Amino acid sequence: MLPSFGILRPMKKLLNAPSDLVKEALAGMALAHPDLLRVHVDPAFLVRADAPVRGKVAVLSGGGSGHEPLHGGFVGRGMLDAACPGAVFTSPTPDQILEATRAVDGGAGVVHVVKNYTGDVMNFEMAGELARDMGISTETVLVNDDVAVQNSLYTAGRRGVGTTVLVEKICGAAAEAGRALADVAALGRRVNEHGRSMGIALTPCTVPHAGKPSFELGPDEMEVGIGIHGEPGRRRAKIESADRITEMLMEPVLDDLPFRAGKDVLLFVNGLGGTPLLELYVVFRKAHEIAAARGLRVVRSLVGPYITSLEMAGVSITLLEVDEEMVRYWDAPVHTAALRWGV
Amino acid sequence: MNGDAVARWIERAAGLIGDNEKYLTELDAAIGDSDHGANMARGFAAVRGKLAGHPRDDVGAILKTVGMTLLSTIGGASGPLYGTLFLEAAKVSAGKAELDRGAILQSLSAGLAGIQKRGKAEPLDKTMVDALGPAIRAFEGAEGVSLAEALGRAAEAARQGAEATIPIVARKGRASYLGERSAGHQDPGATSMWLLLRSLAEAAAE
Repeated sequence: MLPSFGILRPMKKLLNAPSDLVKEALAGMALAHPDLLRVHVDPAFLVRADAPVRGKVAVLSGGGSGHEPLHGGFVGRGMLDAACPGAVFTSPTPDQILEATRAVDGGAGVVHVVKNYTGDVMNFEMAGELARDMGISTETVLVNDDVAVQNSLYTAGRRGVGTTVLVEKICGAAAEAGRALADVAALGRRVNEHGRSMGIALTPCTVPHAGKPSFELGPDEMEVGIGIHGEPGRRRAKIESADRITEMLMEPVLDDLPFRAGKDVLLFVNGLGGTPLLELYVVFRKAHEIAAARGLRVVRSLVGPYITSLEMAGVSITLLEVDEEMVRYWDAPVHTAALRWGV
Repeated sequence: MNGDAVARWIERAAGLIGDNEKYLTELDAAIGDSDHGANMARGFAAVRGKLAGHPRDDVGAILKTVGMTLLSTIGGASGPLYGTLFLEAAKVSAGKAELDRGAILQSLSAGLAGIQKRGKAEPLDKTMVDALGPAIRAFEGAEGVSLAEALGRAAEAARQGAEATIPIVARKGRASYLGERSAGHQDPGATSMWLLLRSLAEAAAE
């Protein structure tokens, strides 16, 4: 019989106890990547192996666990100086963020990259206030790129999804190049302003503590406009071909910015955790075709599971309208557990 | 209410929230992300540990310890919000060995103001404000009855307030992403706020 952890329906997960999951994963990361990062246990955060880097702006992000490799997998040279993992799908707490901020501040200030979720925003806000009280300069880059959410007075605003990875890479490279705090933050905001994303889920995911899927999907259904926390999307639809699903995601993304003919873009096809790379490339192929038909030049690309939702099957597409500076920092060397080039 | 009564309140709240962990998680699974029960249970279990052996002579100091502990253990949106509730209440009750009715009202009102400022929530946004706000009004209006009875009415108003969130379309928090689909579900944060106020009434009646 499968262990049920006190919950009636057994979960098929590689799990000891739900309450030990994040702690044990962090211990594993520390053992697997001692050349890249160090793990601090209480409060929980990861820093790059040589932190703090004197005189360099530090880039820090954090959020609930369950989105790996985001954010811990991006800690290392050329990307994040620190990551603060919360419990699964739960933002980290102010004390965690404050301690991580102190640990990586090299005297040039710290940029906080925050995905726009109510909890993340409030915890980072409180941590930023505490850091400023201690004399550490911080700037916040808020990522809110999900076109599935109506941006109005009547919601918590658009969620931060795929563009987060691009902000972290580009800000990390700018900081590594010696750019000042205000410049790194301004660049991060510019990336956010020019990035748009949308996703669909083919299956739900199961939060270990909850023990059952966060929503039910019939065998022929998909959830359109899904977030990254197993929260239901805006509508349910019958499943379609990969090409049709790609069109359903690309059209709102393209129309929202809007992306105009003649521009250069970075196309990022992201797996939500349970979708094989084979299928992601099928989606990339069609997304590339649609972008080209709109007169866009796909000058850089990223394909793979980089911002996930536990074991959810599904995909999100992110388009970023890039300029010369963004491309230069995208191409700059990066040495982390999940992204590595130029080293 | 003296320090012992406040400690009894928190002890009861930890028990009640622990007993209702799965219920809160189920409510959150419908319109959120299935973590409210576990987060609240973890936070209040930590508070229970911190209060064992805590001096009882200063109600403000107890409330501050509760707030700081919740802030560092709950996470999500609920951590800063429940943390702020207790930290703001701690400010107005600092140095007091006992809270009379006026001081309880002041503490709860300061907590509500802090929550609304931090979370930028208004009444009827489908949040914990919809339980705490009516509770404070009921408490304030309960004249000529015992403290326990007044807090009992506050708890009942919180229960009704939480129930009244069912038809509301959420405008704050993760449930707001669902748009119209958030209607038809009771707000988890309003529900945990009701449990907290029910514990307060029970502790006062002890």
